[in-house]
Amino acid sequence: MAFDKMELGDIEVWDGNFAAAQALRQSQVDVVAAYPITPSTPIVEGYAKFLADGYVEGEFVMVESEHAAMSGCIGASAAGGRVATATSSQGFALMVETLYQASGMRLPIVLNVVNRALAAPLNVNGDHSDMYLGRDSGWIQFDAYSPQEAYDLNFIAFRVSEDHDVRLPAMVHQDGFMTSHTAQGVKTMSDDTAYGFVGDFKPMNDMLDFEHPVTHGVQTEEDWHFEHKARQHNDLMTKVFPKVQAAFDDFEKLTGRKYNIVESYDMDDADVTVLCMGTSVETAREVAKEMRAKGIKAGVIGIRVFRPFPFEQLKAALKGVKAIATLDRSSPNGTPGALFNEIAGALYNTDDRALLSGYIYGLGGRDLTKAQLVDLYTELQANVDAGKVTTQLQQFIGVRGPKLAFL
Amino acid sequence: MAFNYDAYLRVEKMPTLWCWGCGDGVILKATIRAIKKMGWDMDEVCVISGIGCSGRFSSYIDCNTIHTTHGRTIAYATGVKLANPHAKVIVVAGDGDGLAIGGNHTIHGCRRNIDMNFILINNFIYGLTNSQTSPTTPQGMWTVSQKAGNIDPTFDACKLAIGAGASFVARESMLDPKKLEKVLVKGFQHKGFSFMDILSNCHINLGRKNKMVSAMDNLKWIDGITLPLKKWEALSEEEQLNIFPTGVLRQVEQDEYTEMYAKIIASHRDGAPKITQDDFKKKI
Repeated sequence: MAFDKMELGDIEVWDGNFAAAQALRQSQVDVVAAYPITPSTPIVEGYAKFLADGYVEGEFVMVESEHAAMSGCIGASAAGGRVATATSSQGFALMVETLYQASGMRLPIVLNVVNRALAAPLNVNGDHSDMYLGRDSGWIQFDAYSPQEAYDLNFIAFRVSEDHDVRLPAMVHQDGFMTSHTAQGVKTMSDDTAYGFVGDFKPMNDMLDFEHPVTHGVQTEEDWHFEHKARQHNDLMTKVFPKVQAAFDDFEKLTGRKYNIVESYDMDDADVTVLCMGTSVETAREVAKEMRAKGIKAGVIGIRVFRPFPFEQLKAALKGVKAIATLDRSSPNGTPGALFNEIAGALYNTDDRALLSGYIYGLGGRDLTKAQLVDLYTELQANVDAGKVTTQLQQFIGVRGPKLAFL
Repeated sequence: MAFNYDAYLRVEKMPTLWCWGCGDGVILKATIRAIKKMGWDMDEVCVISGIGCSGRFSSYIDCNTIHTTHGRTIAYATGVKLANPHAKVIVVAGDGDGLAIGGNHTIHGCRRNIDMNFILINNFIYGLTNSQTSPTTPQGMWTVSQKAGNIDPTFDACKLAIGAGASFVARESMLDPKKLEKVLVKGFQHKGFSFMDILSNCHINLGRKNKMVSAMDNLKWIDGITLPLKKWEALSEEEQLNIFPTGVLRQVEQDEYTEMYAKIIASHRDGAPKITQDDFKKKI
């Protein structure tokens, strides 16, 4: 092949963006169509540099907008290439129309989403508004909490997404700035090992197979549209998790790094647990340990795969827990947070329903502090002691002004 | 007495986040002086900006302002102008904003000839996101998205505006602030869509990577690629190829959109005659 291999140290100091860019290089992505937006720009910029320096064989297209970026990716994927790009926030919002195109056409594109708040007011910092915006778009959504995970989950995303039983696009999320611009040690794979894990791209219904011409995205009205959408949902519900689990298992054998669809920390005997995503998981893990030293049986649940939503895995992980706090890093705008609703849905028909309260935090990059989490666990323990939720069901953490609580 | 810019600025927002030596400040000050020359009350002025360094205009200038999404300035401004035809609308967008992601809106703003003033701050690069190829990045220049050199042909923004039907099209750079102010005043005075391609420097994200390390080097380069229209016309076709003509490139009187729209409203509301093809000089 007409590209050079790169010698990497066993551990490299990379931020989340560069880790993702390295993963795109090692996966030998054929086409990246991109448009710059803070904080995700360095991912596609990194790919462009690897391409210019001869470390990857592919095409980089700088297009006119994020809408055009995803459109270009869809074209390239339909043609039969391994395709990826990256975006954030407003760029993601502009892509939404085409996200549904990609998943509806069953095209295995990998989109790195560096999570950032949505305007207005304009804000470049990390929250999960864009991740939540994509949750009904028919994509698989992986969530990385650190640069290491941003690197690893890209390979897993290609592997699952391109599987012929799946053929659904996948997003790899990481927190804007907190992960994307924070350099940490990242354990690497060699180019050969990484590429071996992802494997050669195996086209399906590709437009470059001139012996078997195909059409993508045809019009179906009330006659067939429903069946197409139902099939897509069926595959998300039934086919994705077995493939994700298999990819996690293979990845663990290869690297020793273990991923789970739902990550459980200190959950074996936990009475109270915080359930969250992104970088907050690591903060919560530290605080849970400190709470245990104080005699509160605290645990943490991190969602690794946000879509499809791991209903069954969560039911199992939360068994025996007495009080749960869901932490949503996105403005709920008139409803409880998305995680609150999902967990309520998952637990409603179970016998041991825990006391459930929802918290909104960290919008626009506002820090979630350890002290706030200490208060949170203390509140959960108070709920357990009282046998009921002692606060209102929805509260805001760390917002200035009078205390906000609803429901 | 020195010009009091503070009266027109949100001074609590100072200093700006623009880099030292950036042309955007020169353009902001020229815009303020042009507003003063026009005698506009700041309460009537609406400044609408997009995303990127130029987007900060709406943060710094103290009047009605909207900081919009990337590329949609003219769409927002069209809404403002139709709702309030008396508003003095100034739209500020960068080359990426106005020609790439929002190119579509630029075309149709020009075509409708709606009375607004479009200041395209053209620094030849995506500056805020650190140096990706924009529609005006010269061919062969180095950017972080085209590290082997830009192969995309360069956009001539004024030709686009003329082709799309803008009734006032001018180009100036920030090299001569007095001249810039004059062109802005001409554009502000003009009734219809005033398209002003204002060349600016980005020595940080274009210059440093293309042998124009200092702001001065970048400004000299801009000086070298511009010539007043009269002198430009005297050049041979081959010489014209790499020089942008400056000054007012087109100014014609054309039907203004909000006025025509007022006629439609009148025909529905007050029984005024309906608009027909006979009302237009150009029919197809």
